[in-house]
Amino acid sequence: MGDFFEYLKSQWSFAQEHPALAFFLLVVGYGIVMIGFFSAFAGPVTWVERRVAGRMQCRIGPNRVGPHGFLQWLADGLKNFLKEDLIPNAADKILFRIAVYPVFAGVFLTFVVLPLGPWIVGADLSVGVVYLLAVTALVVTGIIMSGWASNSKWSLLGGIRSAAQMVSYEVAAGMALLTAIIPAGSLSFQDIIEHQGGWPWQWLVVYSPATFLAFFVYFTASLAEGNRTPFDLPEAESELVAGYNTEYSGMRFLFFAFAEWANLYVIGAVITAVFLGGWRIPGVDIATQTNNIWLQFAGAAIFLTKASVLVFVTIWLRWTLPRLRVDQLMLMCWKYFVPFGIGLVVLSLFWQVLAAAVPTWVTSAISVLLTLAGAALVAGMFWRAWYNIRAGKDAPVYTWLI
Amino acid sequence: MFEQTMFYLFAIVSVIAALFVVAGKNPISCAIALIVTLGALAGVFVLQEAHFVATIQVLVYAGAIMVLFVFVIMLLNLGPEDLEKTPRFSRLKGAGGIFAAAGAALLAWNFVSYAARAARVGPGFGGLAQISQKLFTEYIIPFEAISAVLMAAVVGAVVIAKREL
Repeated sequence: MGDFFEYLKSQWSFAQEHPALAFFLLVVGYGIVMIGFFSAFAGPVTWVERRVAGRMQCRIGPNRVGPHGFLQWLADGLKNFLKEDLIPNAADKILFRIAVYPVFAGVFLTFVVLPLGPWIVGADLSVGVVYLLAVTALVVTGIIMSGWASNSKWSLLGGIRSAAQMVSYEVAAGMALLTAIIPAGSLSFQDIIEHQGGWPWQWLVVYSPATFLAFFVYFTASLAEGNRTPFDLPEAESELVAGYNTEYSGMRFLFFAFAEWANLYVIGAVITAVFLGGWRIPGVDIATQTNNIWLQFAGAAIFLTKASVLVFVTIWLRWTLPRLRVDQLMLMCWKYFVPFGIGLVVLSLFWQVLAAAVPTWVTSAISVLLTLAGAALVAGMFWRAWYNIRAGKDAPVYTWLI
Repeated sequence: MFEQTMFYLFAIVSVIAALFVVAGKNPISCAIALIVTLGALAGVFVLQEAHFVATIQVLVYAGAIMVLFVFVIMLLNLGPEDLEKTPRFSRLKGAGGIFAAAGAALLAWNFVSYAARAARVGPGFGGLAQISQKLFTEYIIPFEAISAVLMAAVVGAVVIAKREL
């Protein structure tokens, strides 16, 4: 943002005369654009999620409003907007009302540091990754507040579960991020991205075996932090009605749902920035990309594509895996993920020492090998999915499904 | 000008919320007010350009520790009749207030009379690099001692929780 402002100052006389006012306008404008953009992202994702769920369960899903039901999310939004904002009589009125804001703020404050290009970022904080973990902690506060203020057993249980789960998995997620930060040597998202290259074998995910495993640990832990299946125990329908948001209706309920889907993007974006090369374009160096505004937009498109693929994978997982039990969930975090994460951090530290000692071609060869392993993994996944589609060819063809 | 306005905003919010923590009736509301206080303090740290301190403040205090507080208060299961009994102000709270005021006065006196101490860290202190440098050179022994204390606390918690270990 700062670099972009310097550029703006050289082009626009108003910014030269009133730098403070112009900067303020720029920041507010960026905020509005970002919130609008990700509202428009979270909405269609709900439609994608329901359509994908329909396909996976051999049913139709929403297909009435607009082409293929695409406008369903707008209809749902309008419906919730017009609904009465019910507050239970026995609820703590003030806390019940304000509980949605920390949840919403916790998700949307992360957009300050998530970069889409060399210039397209709210603020490149030197403590970016810690900031991200910190504001995500606000979500926990909001969920506990909502669970307690509702004065309902289901809500309280959901709130307590979510508190235990999110605080626990934050540790595992932090360890996994630390593993990837050690080679990059900075907590700033821009520095981490600039440390990587555009090609897959230059990404941090294949830098060392430690970061390769940390990618999977972080992905799983962030699913648990975002209350996604198979870890969606705070709102387990079969046990808790709807968990912490049981008593909510109308717009306030929508805020919770909205934050959850926006959080899907946050998961994808953090993984893209830290592990998958962020906005780097293959074969283009940073200086060229910074100086050309179109290349910046191309980088943003690449970033969003990678993040969207990860969002699709989270949706895919939701309709594939069954939900864990609550004790299994905590066991998995504290007995497996946290010790494993600490081990990865230590391995990553040793790798730094080792990489400095051996010739460069050895580390490059390991990166290429890890890239091939990752590519084989992805190819195998697609082959399985394609196999399942081909195996269903003899079954009755439901053309009306599409 | 902008910084001063923001400072007063954060300061007023944190003081009002802190008063509510002491005078509030409902323990959960008090805990939430404490989160607001800590968040506003994080804002003050940001104005001092101590970004790392501010984020750690939010992450550790407003996040993890407050969640623990709220968790404990929820499980205490205080009924309305328990809450009726607690007075808004008590002698204990008064004593705590006097101690806090004395501590604040001591701190202010310290800053005023030993301006050189503040100069030791230099302007803009509070970034990741400067803090780590201090932590791993000058204060390495206290830092490691704290980790030993934390370890002892964890072991103690396990022993208390699992008596038949």
